[in-house]
Amino acid sequence: MSDSKTVSLTAQQFDEMVAHAKACLPEEACGLLGGREEGDTKIVTHIYNVENIDHTNEHFSMAPKDQLAAVKQMRAAGEVPLGNWHSHPETPSRPSNEDKRLAYDSKASYLILSLMDADQPVLHSFHIEGDQAEKEMLIVE
Amino acid sequence: MKITVSGEAATVQDGITVAKLIAERDVENPQYVTVTINDDFIHSDDFETKTLSEGDQVEFLYFMGGGR
Repeated sequence: MSDSKTVSLTAQQFDEMVAHAKACLPEEACGLLGGREEGDTKIVTHIYNVENIDHTNEHFSMAPKDQLAAVKQMRAAGEVPLGNWHSHPETPSRPSNEDKRLAYDSKASYLILSLMDADQPVLHSFHIEGDQAEKEMLIVE
Repeated sequence: MKITVSGEAATVQDGITVAKLIAERDVENPQYVTVTINDDFIHSDDFETKTLSEGDQVEFLYFMGGGR
């Protein structure tokens, strides 16, 4: 899969993501990533928290109304959609079969935040195409 | 007539339906797309009959979900 990118986000954005994910426990949390692309690097400039309308610890579905609001905010800020993220409260940071089955946009980066060890959150980014998932380079600084 | 699709100006035939617009725009996996017109969510059952008007603002939103 040659479309794999490097994803870059700040430590503050990572902390925001973790804080939101912990606030949503025991449910899965989710959100969208807006930013810009420079060559093969996706630079995240804004994390948009989105309601998980499934409200469970096993699934997530993003609230369309929040998606719409985020898309409009991205556009107003001159950002492009880079991908999305969700948390795995009790499982590792890797795409489940359901995650892969529902990953319709091969251009998006799919970030998964594991809170299996809440004191040591683990975040990875994946490029997903069909039933294949490939870990992307992720920079947090 | 002129409308806006995903933030970009577009010229489409008068009275085009949502279903026809989806086909014309070559939207991938249309069965998983939510459509809004002027911020109103359009039920997928209405895609074939809902027509667009001059100046409408259309957004295509992909379903995003998963599981552990």
